[in-house]
Amino acid sequence: MQRTMMDFWVGLFVMAGIGALLILGLKVGNLTDFQADKSYVLTGDFENIGGLKVRAPVKSAGVVVGRVTDIQFNTQTYDAVVTMKVDTRYQFPKDTFASILTSGLLGEQYIGLLPGGDEDMLANGEKIMKTNSAIVLEEMIGRFLFDKASKKGNSDSKI
Amino acid sequence: MARRIKAVIELIGHRAVDGIWRLGCATHFMLLVLLKSLPCFLRFRLITREIYYAGVMSLIIILVSGLFVGMVLGLQGYETLQKFGSESAVGTLVALSLVRELGPVIAALLFASRAGSAMTAEIGLMKATEQLAAMGMMAVDPIARIVAPRFWGGVFSMPLLAAMFSVMGVFGGYLVTVVFIGVDEGSFWSQMQSSVDFRYDIVNGAIKSCFFGVVVTAIAVFEGFDAPPTAEGVSGATTRTVVTSSLAILGLDFVLTAFMFRGVS
Repeated sequence: MQRTMMDFWVGLFVMAGIGALLILGLKVGNLTDFQADKSYVLTGDFENIGGLKVRAPVKSAGVVVGRVTDIQFNTQTYDAVVTMKVDTRYQFPKDTFASILTSGLLGEQYIGLLPGGDEDMLANGEKIMKTNSAIVLEEMIGRFLFDKASKKGNSDSKI
Repeated sequence: MARRIKAVIELIGHRAVDGIWRLGCATHFMLLVLLKSLPCFLRFRLITREIYYAGVMSLIIILVSGLFVGMVLGLQGYETLQKFGSESAVGTLVALSLVRELGPVIAALLFASRAGSAMTAEIGLMKATEQLAAMGMMAVDPIARIVAPRFWGGVFSMPLLAAMFSVMGVFGGYLVTVVFIGVDEGSFWSQMQSSVDFRYDIVNGAIKSCFFGVVVTAIAVFEGFDAPPTAEGVSGATTRTVVTSSLAILGLDFVLTAFMFRGVS
């Protein structure tokens, strides 16, 4: 094996390896979206976040506009404090409504932002005042059953 | 009876002392290799040659197995996920399992049996034919001239091979699920991209493959250098390289996974 030939192959090998890492980063991973310098931070207090996780998407009208970066528990108000990073390209009015939604029946949970009509925009570090908790399936089923049972009791007593 | 028991205990003790002694030898040897690495970095062509033999020559087996592993993952993942009506998540499944676990681990296992065994056999045979001793006579340090370039060549090649394995695997999964079965292409890539994190998944996988590269090549060069200078000795050392490095890869993989992926996010 000639020296130059060997160098050529090794060079090709190293380039292919670095190319593979780049492909992993750009095509397979999410390196392209949400650089730290082009986003601003919003927080929101939720009564119940259900199964929301760090890195869950923040969507508005179905478009991913940011990501959840931190979830803490506030011992003063007994609320969950969710911190999210939102792309600076997307600005939201002060009275934006944040709710925790589920994609599909059993899919992952995300934060949905529903813009209001205020003319002032939310600034970096501000808190979203209007929030809506996650729907917990067990609670809903429980409420439904309770509702059913009480209705049945009412109708029985009427007869 | 008491004598038999004593003999058994003695045997266990002998084995234990032997094992610890070998471990000490290996550590001492690796320190020597690291200390004498500078000359081969100054003559980088020595390392280039080893990257060629360890890395470029392993390329075909790595790429082909990556493709097939990805295809099988895609097929099996689709088979199970379609029962729950979430076959679009197959991209996530393929990418995460490859990037986090299968890419580094299988690439390292293949690397150990393809390149590690060759390294051991080469160094062992050099020792058996007294080439290493001859080098020593000519005041050429065999550790600096023979062992260190092989070690660094392997360490450089391993992460690159693992990354290529993962890419080929993702491509194989794409081929089977999107092209053959007909899962929606957009949801395949977008679900994958939304759940594979660069720092958390890809960098951790690359760190894993770096660890495996160090471990596999360290075991390979040590076994070769330590092999008894006979035909049987070399063959035994080659076998030990493959067995020990496979066990080390799988054990270390568990430890690294336990440190890296705690399921916090």
